[in-house]
Parts: sequence; structure tokens; C-alpha cells
Amino acid sequence: MPPGGKYDIPIHHALWAPVAKMSDHFDLTKLIFGRLTWEAIPYHEPILVATFIAVALGGIALLGALTYFRVWGYLWKEWFTSIDHKKIGVMYMVLGIVMLLRGFSDAIMMRIQQAIAFGDNAGYLPPHHYDQIFTAHGVIMIFFVAMPFVVGLMNFVVPLQIGARDVAFPFLNNFSYWMTVAGAVLTMISLFVGEFAKTGWLAYPPLSGIMQSPDVGVDYYIWALQIAGVGTLLSGVNFTVTIIKMRAPGMSLMKMPVFTWTALCTNILIVAAFPILTAVLAMLTLDRYLGTHFFTNDLGGNAMMYINLIWIWGHPEVYILILPLFGVFSEIVATYSGKRLFGYTSMVYATVVITVLSYLVWLHHFFTMGSGASVNSFFGITTMIISIPTGAKIFNWLFTMYRGRIKFEVPMLWTVGFMITFVIGGMTGVLLAVPPADFVLHNSLFLIAHFHNVIIGGVVFGVFAAITYWYPKVFGYKLDPFWGKCSFWFWCIGFYFAFMPLYVLGLMGVTRRINHFDDPSLQIWFIVAAFGAFLIALGIASFLIQLVVSYRKRDQNRDLTGDPWGNGRTLEWSTSSPPPQYNYAFTPRIHDTDSWWQMKQEGFKRPESGFVAIHMPKNTMAGMLLAGLCTAFGFAMIWHMWLIAGVSFATMLISAIVHTFNYDRDYYIPAEEVERVESERTRVLANNV
Amino acid sequence: MSDHHDDHHNEEFPHSSFRGYMIGFVLSVILTVIPFWLVMANVISSSAATAVVILGFAVVQIVVHMVYFLHMNFQSQGGWNMLSLIFTSILVLITIFGSLWVMYHMNVNMMPSMMGDMQG
Amino acid sequence: MSDTTVTANTNQGAAEPSRFLVPGEYHVPQGTLLGFWIYLMSDCLIFASLFATYGVLGRNYAGGPSGADIFELPLVALNTTFLLISSITYGFAVLQMQQNKLRGTMLWLVITGLFGAAFIGVELYEFIGLINEGAGPQRSGFLTAFFSLVGTHGLHVTFGLVWMVTLLLQLKKHGLIHENKRRVFCLSMFWHFLDVVWIGVFTFVYLMGVLPA
Repeated sequence: MPPGGKYDIPIHHALWAPVAKMSDHFDLTKLIFGRLTWEAIPYHEPILVATFIAVALGGIALLGALTYFRVWGYLWKEWFTSIDHKKIGVMYMVLGIVMLLRGFSDAIMMRIQQAIAFGDNAGYLPPHHYDQIFTAHGVIMIFFVAMPFVVGLMNFVVPLQIGARDVAFPFLNNFSYWMTVAGAVLTMISLFVGEFAKTGWLAYPPLSGIMQSPDVGVDYYIWALQIAGVGTLLSGVNFTVTIIKMRAPGMSLMKMPVFTWTALCTNILIVAAFPILTAVLAMLTLDRYLGTHFFTNDLGGNAMMYINLIWIWGHPEVYILILPLFGVFSEIVATYSGKRLFGYTSMVYATVVITVLSYLVWLHHFFTMGSGASVNSFFGITTMIISIPTGAKIFNWLFTMYRGRIKFEVPMLWTVGFMITFVIGGMTGVLLAVPPADFVLHNSLFLIAHFHNVIIGGVVFGVFAAITYWYPKVFGYKLDPFWGKCSFWFWCIGFYFAFMPLYVLGLMGVTRRINHFDDPSLQIWFIVAAFGAFLIALGIASFLIQLVVSYRKRDQNRDLTGDPWGNGRTLEWSTSSPPPQYNYAFTPRIHDTDSWWQMKQEGFKRPESGFVAIHMPKNTMAGMLLAGLCTAFGFAMIWHMWLIAGVSFATMLISAIVHTFNYDRDYYIPAEEVERVESERTRVLANNV
Repeated sequence: MSDHHDDHHNEEFPHSSFRGYMIGFVLSVILTVIPFWLVMANVISSSAATAVVILGFAVVQIVVHMVYFLHMNFQSQGGWNMLSLIFTSILVLITIFGSLWVMYHMNVNMMPSMMGDMQG
Repeated sequence: MSDTTVTANTNQGAAEPSRFLVPGEYHVPQGTLLGFWIYLMSDCLIFASLFATYGVLGRNYAGGPSGADIFELPLVALNTTFLLISSITYGFAVLQMQQNKLRGTMLWLVITGLFGAAFIGVELYEFIGLINEGAGPQRSGFLTAFFSLVGTHGLHVTFGLVWMVTLLLQLKKHGLIHENKRRVFCLSMFWHFLDVVWIGVFTFVYLMGVLPA
């Protein structure tokens, strides 16, 4: 700011400091490395050093194994640069599983700390470390576990269910994936270089402002979410267009499978909600980097506006997570009850109503902010209304099961577990929707128990149900049911042990995010909760064992028919498992919601000749390249490495422009190749049916 | 899928005409000039009334741009363009007016002494 | 199965596989224009957040200048004119393209770009003047919200200019092929969309900002 301006602030303004510092004296090291010094590496923290050694050894072992088995070329050609929606879907699921392990480690560390840190015992996590852990846990679980799982499922299933060969913009799909990975990578880097935010998962200012959090933690948070958010927004656009434009002929909106319906609504929510997150994070960034006054305490900022805006994104976000799983449960209940889904139309309307209403409830996250009776009552009532369509769905599933020929396979176990657990979570949610009750329970462990109740009971159970249900479609063999049942029971029982005590503690007034307690009478509840977390750990371990065991037993559990559960109703079960690259040799024609069921009823016969060349998009490394540059840009911005930031941003822009000059993005799979693949399937079917 | 062999058969671009653009342009000029004149020449003495009138002009002009420049109608892309526009407009209104409502009430309740200052 | 069902099968199902599939090649409708429109709708919500923030912070002057002190309406009127003219010139580019006239299309795009650049020039002039007066974005909540809303619009216009240059190169290289036409249409949506946002900006920020309280 040049001196002598008419409107200059009379006092020296400290918020300029970060920017002013760099112009003070020119320093090459500073220009390149910004504020990154050796001090940023936490070698004085034994827990982190041990973690780092474990990660490094594991990483080296993994890289060594990949090199030893010479799979780099295969991974590069068949996976990393692939624009096949099925492979991108699988990569999303892998990302989700890897990040689940990280997020869960954070969870179990918190549970152990809270179980022991009473009275004179300070526990093993100092506050600054504990605060990073609960922030990282929330951020990772929502953005890098739940979101990749949900987007991954939609990636794999939606094009198959609508009879398409890929998504509307296959390159963007690959790019979105790598942007999500870029965000996850930045979050992981913060573990060993610098630190993560200590602000809680939504980074409320003024705590997340530059005055209270001058370190890099919040910057890691901002850039990781901003970069991953771009990826999510693009997949939202992509899938919305895919579902609107690429449905097989005959599939009118009211003949779409329920999962596709919920996916459509979720993607509309993504498109409409994520820009608000982008905007609000950008504002926080400006406050931190340029000293503006959106959310500061002085000079006309308003921190409450951040909370208002971020929840306008945040509430739709929870429906973005849960809606697709409602779709999953609908598919599973119908399949394992051997019946058409009860109340398809009401299911669709309930989903649409939830989609719209999710925009009218955001204030229930901050009833206590002080907007007064009229505002609080409006949002309290809208919140209670939203439980009506959700309740309608529960009844639809129950009526689907009623008089059905129910097969209690593993996906059905998860579904029943979900229905019971989710209803409990929903009811505590309605309690919290009552503003006076919320004034008592706000920010308490009761709230923590509530949202874990719906997210674990809804999203996590749904994801495991979906993985078990579609696994044979993805890989061509079923998952081993024994370890699946172990996983379910450990998760389910573990959940109740881990979170029911938190309801009790919340009612007793214990607030969230505390790393030490004085009242010894509370300890027993935390010990029970820690035991629950331990059971959940066994559940996760059972799942991993299940993957290995099933792979080893894959020849016994092969699905050669393409319809492994025998009762498949929707289109994806009509093609082979795993589906060919082009999904369907001929585009299907749809006459009914349960199209594959109808095809089976009417004795449909696969055509064995007349194949034509199929038009497909080409693989490209552009997505990975751009996301890599974006990671570099984000890292440089976090550490104020302005030179590297500028260079990587310019390179990114130029690469993106160069990419638009590539007009040659597709090719044809020749008819002979299609014929070869299809006659192989004919042979397999003839031998096995 | 990006495709240059057979797109021609199934992609139609919106058709625009010189007449349409000119109507849109003339209307927008009128709808821009009037609010500027109202404010710069201080035509209406009440600020609140001026604000309502110029917001009204803005809404009309936005509709003019949508129709004549962005070729919005209920047919393009099977009606999805219009549907998404209506949906977005509702959300934009919720975001803007909801925020103003929420934040205004909070200021009144939590910082009543500040309310006077803020105006000045 | 009952007899009737069996008859139904022979009539529609097994006998005629084309009941359940499309023989030969099936052309999937192209989704780029719709996708780009949906992206613009998401952009609307970025602007909605910025407008909401301006609405909330817009009177927090913190002892600094108010809109009436710093806004120069003649300058805003000039800028509005530039943007409005650039809209109609883009329209002319589209009309030329419909007649498959490459040179005309490119010429009108260049003219549009010049008006866009003039708009950015005036905006930068305004911003630099304000910052030199000490009325920069760090001065008050009002100025923060003002700079970010108007600046975000300006960044979009700048991006539109970069895109326009890229598109001109692509038109020069490949001519009016189908993809390029599609790109011209997408950019036209983007450009007209920015004009729509500007209507909101000059009304809500500038005109309403200078009204006496």
C-alpha cells in the first residue's frame, strides 16, 4: 500500500505481514522454498517419525514389488491413463479404502487418548497433535473416503445401468479422479511436512484466520479441498449430462433404475453445492494470503458469514453422500427379496424432495449462533419435514421385503443393519432439529454420536453392501461370504459399542474435541467407546482379509453368467462379469424399470452375429499431468513458494490449452474384435448354463 | 463422447438470427440506460423506491439476455436447459436472500448497538 | 409359465431380439452444450455466494469510504457499454459462422475480444486508482466484498479472452469444423453469461451503492 492514500488505515495493519515480508528483502532461498525449512519436518515427534518410517518402508516395499513384477507399464496403460468408467470407478474405490485406513487410524488414536487421559494422566497426544488428528479425521473421512466411495460407485454402475458405453466426458472423468487424488496426496503430505489444520473439519474463522492459525495447517486444508473440489464438481457435471443424455433408447426418466435416480440427484446437488464451497474457501484464502476482511474480527469482517456459507454447501453435502446409498439399498432389497421394489414412484419423488429440501435446512448446524426465534423455527421445521420422505423410503424397503423370498446374503445383512441403525440416527437427528434441545446438545458428543450414527449406519454400511453386491460384476468372482459376515458383525456391534456411550456422554454435557478430562466418572464410557473402535478395527481387518481370501478362491467363486445373484433386475447384470470394455455389444432397448428382469421373463436371447465396430474414447495422460501440476501448485502455495507456484500454474494453463488442440480423441474397436469377445462369452455361457 | 465422425447427425446448434440479436441489443440498451439515468440524475427522491425500480429493470434485462442472447426456451436440450436454469435461479435466490435474512437477524440479536454504525 | 406367456414370448421376445436391443450402431446424443450450460449454472452459484457476501458485508465501511465516495458512475457506464457491445459483436460472429464464413467469424471474434480487453483495461484502471487512494481490498469488509465480486467477474472475462485467443488459433488451424463450431457456441454462452452477471453487478453494487442511505 503506497503511503498517503486518502483512505489509508491509520494503524499499521499486521495482516499485510505475510505478503509484505517477501518484498522486504530479496532472498533466493526464500523465493524457491518459501517458508519451508527443516524445522517443518516433525523429526522431534516420535509418533510421527515412527509413522513415517512405517509408511516409507511400506511404500518402498510396494514400489519394489511393482517394479519386481514389472506392472508399471500395465498400471500406466490400463489404469492410470484409462478413461474407461469402470476402471476409474475401481481406482476411486481403491483411493477410498486407502484413505479409510488413514482416517480410521486417526479415529482409533483419538479413542485411545480419550480413554486414558483422565486426571493426572495427560494421555499420549499433546493438544496440538490431537487437534490435527480430529481435523484430519473429519476431512479425510468426508472428502477422501466417503466421496471417492460414492463417486466410484456411480462411476462403475451408472453407465452400465443406463446401457451406455462410457460417461459423457471420459477425459474429464479421468481428470476428476486425479484431482481427487491430488487433494488426498496434499493431505497426506501434511503428515510429514509441516502440519495439518488444528481447527476442526470445517475450519471456522476466526480460528482458521491468519492471526490465530499462522502456520501451514489451514493452508494444507484449503488447497487440498479446493483441488479435490474441482474434481468433484467436474464429475458432478459429467454424470448429470451422462444420465440426462446417454440413457438407452426407451429408458424414460421413470424407467431409470433407482440407483441411477439417486445418482442423478446427487450429481445435481454436487453441481449446485460445490461452487459454494469453492467460493467460501477462496474467501478464506484471500483473508489469509492477502489480508482481506471477509471473516476477520476487525475492519468489517464477519466470521459468521463463513459459517453461514459453508453450511449452505455442507448440508447438501451430507445428502450427496447418503442419496446414492439409498439407491444401493433399493437395488439390494429388491434383488434379495426376489421382488420388484415397492413404491418405485414414491421412492423417486422422495429422492427429489430430499434434493430440494436439502437447501432449506442449513441453519440447523448453527441454531446457537443467535439468529433468533423466527429464523430458528423456520429451519427447525424444514429439518423435521425432511425426515418425512426419508421415512417413506424406509417403509418402501420394508414393504419390498414383506412377503418376499429373502436371501440373507452379505449385502442384505448390511441393508438390514443399515435400516435399524439409520432409523436410530434419524430419530436423534429429529431431536437435534428442535432448536431448544439443540441449545443443550450443540457441540456435544451427542451430536458426534448422531452424525456417526447416520454416516456409518448409512454411508459406510451402504458402501460395504454395494462393494459386496457389485464385486462379482467388477472382477468376475464373488467375495467370500464368511469374512464378509465377520466384517458386518464386527462393524455393526462395534458401531453400537463405540457410539452409544457418546450419546450418554453428550447428554451429560461432554463437548466434542477435548483431549483431557478431569471427572473420573466419565472414563468408563470412553473405555467402552474405545472397545467399540477396536471391534470396528476387526471389521476393517476382516474386510481386507476378505479381499485376499476371495482373490485366492476366485476360481471357485467365479461368476460366468453375468448374473451372479440369479435375481438381478437391472441392466448391468445382462452383460458379462467383468463387462467388456465397450459394456454392451449392442445398445439395449428398454421397456421396463427392471429391464434385465423383463428380458429374462420374455426369454431374451443374446445375438451371436451382426456385430459392428464400436466407437470409443482414447486413453490419455493429460488428466494425470494436469492434476500433478495442480498438486505442485497447491504445495507451492501452501509454503509460499511463489516462484514454483507461478511456474506450475503457468505450465498447467499452457498444458490445458495444448490439450484442447488435440482433436483426435477417439477410435473404433473393429467388428472382428467385438465378435471375438462376444463369441468367447457365448462359449463360456454354453459350457456353464 | 467427443466425436467428429457422426456428431453431425445428432447435434443441433441453436439457431440465431440478426433480427433476434438486434432486438435483444436495443432492449438491453434501453434497460441499461434508464437505471443509470434514474440514479445519476437522481430522478426519484426515495432511495428505497429507486432501488426497487432498478432491481426490476435488472431482472427484466436478465430475462432479455437469456432469451435473445442465450437463446433460452423450453425446447433446447429437451427442456433441460430451462429446467436447470429455473432450479439454479431458485438456489441463487435461496443463497442470497437466505444469507441476508439469517445474517440480518443475527446482527439485530447479537449486536444491536452496532446496527446504527453499520449504516454509516 | 402359462400358455399365454409362452405365446407372448414367441411373439415379442425370443423371436425378435431387436425388441431388446438396437441392431447396428447407436448414436449417442452429444452432451457438450448441455454440460457447458450446467457448468455455467454452477458458476452462477459462485457468484451467488459473492453477491450474498457483498449483501452482508457491503455496509461494513469500518470508518473507510462508502460506495458513494468511490464509485464513478460514468466509468461504470462506459464499461457497461463495452460489455454490451461485445455481446452483440459476438452475436455477429455466430451469425457469420452460421453462414460458414470463417473470415467474418474470426473478424467479429477479434472485435469482441478488443471490447473485452477494453473492459478489463477500464476495470484495472478503476482498481488501481482505488488502491492508490488507500481504498484497497484490505481496507474494509465492504471493499473486500466489492473487490472480490467485481474482480471475480473480471477474472472470468480475462479467462474468456484467453479462450478467445485459443479459439482463434484453432479456427485458423482447422477452420469451421464441427468441433470448432461447438466451441464457438460454448464460448458464446460463457460470454453472454458474463454479461448477465454484469447486469447484477452494476445494479446491485454500483447503482445501489451510490444511492444516499
